[in-house]
Amino acid sequence: MPDVNSNLSQVAPLGAEELEPKIVAFFCTWCTYMAADLAGTSRMKYAPNARVIRVMCSGRIDPQFVLAAFANGADGVLIGGCHPGDCHYQEGNYNCLRRARLLKRVLEEVGIEADRFRLEWISAAEGDRVRVVINDMVEKLKALGPLRMKRETMLRGLHPQEHPVQEVCV
Amino acid sequence: MTQTKPKIAFYWCASCGGCEEAVVDLAEEILDVVAAVDIVFWPVALDFKRRDVEQMADGSILATFLNGAIRTSEQEEMANLLRRKSKLLVAFGSCSHLGGIPGLANLFTRESILETVYFETPTTQNPNRVLPGTQSGNGNGELTLPSFSSRVRALDQVVEVDYYVPGCPPLPKIITRAVATLLGGHLPDKGSVLTPEEALCTECPRKDSKPEKIALKSFKRPQEILIDETQCLLAQGLLCMGPATRAGCEAPCIQGNMPCTGCCGAPGRVRDQGAKALSAIASLVDSRDEQEIDAVLASIPDPVGTFYRYSLPGSLLAH
Repeated sequence: MPDVNSNLSQVAPLGAEELEPKIVAFFCTWCTYMAADLAGTSRMKYAPNARVIRVMCSGRIDPQFVLAAFANGADGVLIGGCHPGDCHYQEGNYNCLRRARLLKRVLEEVGIEADRFRLEWISAAEGDRVRVVINDMVEKLKALGPLRMKRETMLRGLHPQEHPVQEVCV
Repeated sequence: MTQTKPKIAFYWCASCGGCEEAVVDLAEEILDVVAAVDIVFWPVALDFKRRDVEQMADGSILATFLNGAIRTSEQEEMANLLRRKSKLLVAFGSCSHLGGIPGLANLFTRESILETVYFETPTTQNPNRVLPGTQSGNGNGELTLPSFSSRVRALDQVVEVDYYVPGCPPLPKIITRAVATLLGGHLPDKGSVLTPEEALCTECPRKDSKPEKIALKSFKRPQEILIDETQCLLAQGLLCMGPATRAGCEAPCIQGNMPCTGCCGAPGRVRDQGAKALSAIASLVDSRDEQEIDAVLASIPDPVGTFYRYSLPGSLLAH
């Protein structure tokens, strides 16, 4: 079995008592990762909820990575890539966009709200945009509440734990 | 003589019966199987009861081929019983392997399923709103039914599984190869799917017609176009799951001019077949504009039912 989860295994499942949402952020090394670096070196302050995973290109982000993040306890997944026309590999960010649009429909169908999965174009110069996007996403995720708890209650049908259901007798 | 033959068993859980049919489809080759083994339990064909299995020694069955997903308490009990009695437990067919078509029921709650089936279907008359219960009785004795759990599970989400035979249903040649593998001395690694690891495209008869780059302005359903019988189905805009589906079947659906629906599950090194298929299909969209991309993707009416048709319970979405 391939281990797409290995990078994410440190993301502990969210317990009911924790209120801080966890975001797994996949940042393209050429733009958004540089922007996050810039935000850091500029001493910008923003919510500490994102765990950043650097990838070579937003086009490298397999939809499996996004699902693995959610399955391992993330409340939100953020992808940061180069602006349209700026991809270091010409087409990668467009492929990311195509996949993200279709993936969003699948996620919504299984009860993962649109605000939990976000794609942003952030160039290496836009350190402040990283701050704004992460702060905004944290706000929205707090409003939505923890994903895992939500799925346990609302999507019992999809959760691996068996929930005994009251039988209705004749 | 017969006592020295290895014992095997077949059982079905939440499935359509097609996997049982697939065993019969072995035709005369089933005689070779019967010559090589003793079939000790096969409810669809032989009159042995659960009691008979309970009386067997633990581990006395060489291999049990179990098809169907797990939805009821009875299925779970049988899976546990057969696991205990068998050296090897083989998940046979898509439902047992990944949850299969019955697994799509996990998109709905247990309550909504019962309501639809027992109250809302046009042919149902149920004015007292009676639902099946696990126990009922009116003084003339007690009746019991298995309970209906809140979701569908693949076999390996209930008990430990040694091998998987994929397909909806598994093809005769895959079955005979799997049986030969299990009876031969060299067992593959535990947890193996007993078909090749590559994607179906590698053995597709139309692979030479697959263009280097496919760019599509809309996706088509098979009834919407006249399908060219020689060209790559993806290139014709059909949603063919070949790129994200395991090889081994030699593409009979495509030979019948229909796209692959993905019944054999993910190729090796892929954890989630639906996500991989979604990824492959989305990247074919011929547009760089978000709105136009959405318009092209709108020609896929049911993404979960398309990409996760056989694998929802076993997928990452089920976590």
